Amino acid sequence: MECIQLIDFGSTYTKVIVVDKLAQQIVASAETKTTVETDIMIGYEKAFAQVKGQVGGECEWTDCLVCSSAAGGLKMIASGLVPELTSEAARLVCLGSGAKMLEVFSQKLSSQDIANIKKLNPDIILLAGGTDGGNQDCIIHNAKRLSETIKQIPYVAAGNKNAMDDLEAIFNENDVYYKITDNVMPVMNQVQIEPAREVIRNIFMEKITEAKGLGKAKEKLSREIIPTPMAVLRAVELLAKGTEHSKGWGPLMVIDIGGATTDVHSACDGYPTHSGTIMKGLFEPFLKRTVEGDLGMRVSAESLKDSVGVRTLEELSHESFSYVTDRCSVLSNNTELLATNKREVDFDESLASAAVKVAVTRHAGLLESVYTPLGMLFYQTGKDLSSVNTIIGTGGVLAYSKNPEKILKHSLMDKTKPEQLMPKKARFVVDGAYMMSAAGLLSERYPELAFKLMSDYLKKVGKKNEPQKQKMVRRSVS
Amino acid sequence: MNAVLVVGVIGADCHSVGNKILDYAFSEAGFKVVNIGVLSSQEDFINAAIETNADAIIVSSLYGHGEMDCRGLKAKCIESGLENILLYVGGNLVVGKQDWETVEQRFLEMGFDRVYPPGTHPDTAMKDLIFDLRLNMIPEGGSMNGVYSAY
Repeated sequence: MECIQLIDFGSTYTKVIVVDKLAQQIVASAETKTTVETDIMIGYEKAFAQVKGQVGGECEWTDCLVCSSAAGGLKMIASGLVPELTSEAARLVCLGSGAKMLEVFSQKLSSQDIANIKKLNPDIILLAGGTDGGNQDCIIHNAKRLSETIKQIPYVAAGNKNAMDDLEAIFNENDVYYKITDNVMPVMNQVQIEPAREVIRNIFMEKITEAKGLGKAKEKLSREIIPTPMAVLRAVELLAKGTEHSKGWGPLMVIDIGGATTDVHSACDGYPTHSGTIMKGLFEPFLKRTVEGDLGMRVSAESLKDSVGVRTLEELSHESFSYVTDRCSVLSNNTELLATNKREVDFDESLASAAVKVAVTRHAGLLESVYTPLGMLFYQTGKDLSSVNTIIGTGGVLAYSKNPEKILKHSLMDKTKPEQLMPKKARFVVDGAYMMSAAGLLSERYPELAFKLMSDYLKKVGKKNEPQKQKMVRRSVS
Repeated sequence: MNAVLVVGVIGADCHSVGNKILDYAFSEAGFKVVNIGVLSSQEDFINAAIETNADAIIVSSLYGHGEMDCRGLKAKCIESGLENILLYVGGNLVVGKQDWETVEQRFLEMGFDRVYPPGTHPDTAMKDLIFDLRLNMIPEGGSMNGVYSAY
């Protein structure tokens, strides 16, 4: 048996999945507490012992792939020029690289901004500003001010290419670590993600993993470690586009409801589907990721309540005002708490429904109508998700839910608000086995295998879908 | 370095033919054109000009509400650090038959450097650009007969 080991060092759990390369199936999986404070390998060794037990004796470990969001994941700061243009493009690049966005700055940075950045202590600072041939003052000013004060943090410069020679001189003079790459917005309204993402991935591997206590993992397991959200994005892309031998699933969306954040990934062009619609603003990328830091099941339960309003949660859960407020405060103060009875489970599902609704609304584009002498026309900003035909849910609340469809259906268009360009009709799929990040790890070297595993293990839910043969994943939790 | 022009149609106006013609004519003549297209707000013009470090903003308006749409553009430019950018406007700027001199005067008072009536040839604006920007260029593409230079 040839086995591939897929490891995900999460913020709370370390998950290990073992895939049989020839039989193309998962043969073992285990999760243990992440031990990043002491030695990350302790938790891993424990999980490895478990999977080894499940696999049995004859097994040849041919490959080992690792992703991590331990020790806070990859935290980034971005700065651009105009908030709606290069700053927004820089934000999309950071999120598309699997980073957690601490703050996005615009225009020339002030001393307060720089003090603020120092305090936030990001892992990488991304500098953008100006189209190629456009404004240079802003990015030069920012690079100068930042590198004079903050020396320890790696810089990625992805702005106006005409300013890059000056930036190189500034960075060299101040003796900081930097990488220069292609502009995030080379021409007006066009976002270019890949070159900067590649550079960020390299810096994460070279510099950040060591600092996050993953040095041993890098040494013993795999030279390449990528941020977990980047692995998920790779899986999303593979599933949507397909491989050489398998047809992709087409436009799709992944919603990941976590304790602290709700992530939404979409893989679709998002072009207008209404006639008489004109695109405005940035053209968003095919593969888009957004992270809502205020929407979550535990740490962010309180901020979720504030964002959606107590009233909405009352309606969703049929609970009283006082129960909603009390429970949210209890959940956000006790992040390890699990729902034990039906009432608590139902309330968790109401929170998840609200998180899904708000997160997808923010991810989706917006249609505005304008009356002109030529009749009514529409402006579209962002992506039109109505072509999305598959919605995949991940996260504990969905994996353990008896009725995940009820939660996921809040991602569909609200008929009273057709201006929010959310999916119209879609089949729902649940990732109960944490397949997405594992498949994303496999996707570079073994795309066919990754695609096959996702097709097999992602579970379709809802009445309209025909029953599908399901493969079970053996898992042990300690 | 070629002069950079931000070109677009302002307000709820979606006349795109003239916009395409201007884009073509200016590009052929050797200008770097940043075309933000129809239905553009004042902020769209300003944001594009900041990011591209533009030398001039050229506003088109065909549907008669130009005066309403253009008010305050100069003030916003100054506020955004674009106090020296050239502002041109042209098209069917007002409704009905109004005296051109007074229309032009109104737009000049709003802060525009050049105001063009309906039916203006792109060459006219190019000639003015070369003069106003102190450019020493011979437009390519042969749409202009002869050489215009500020010097």
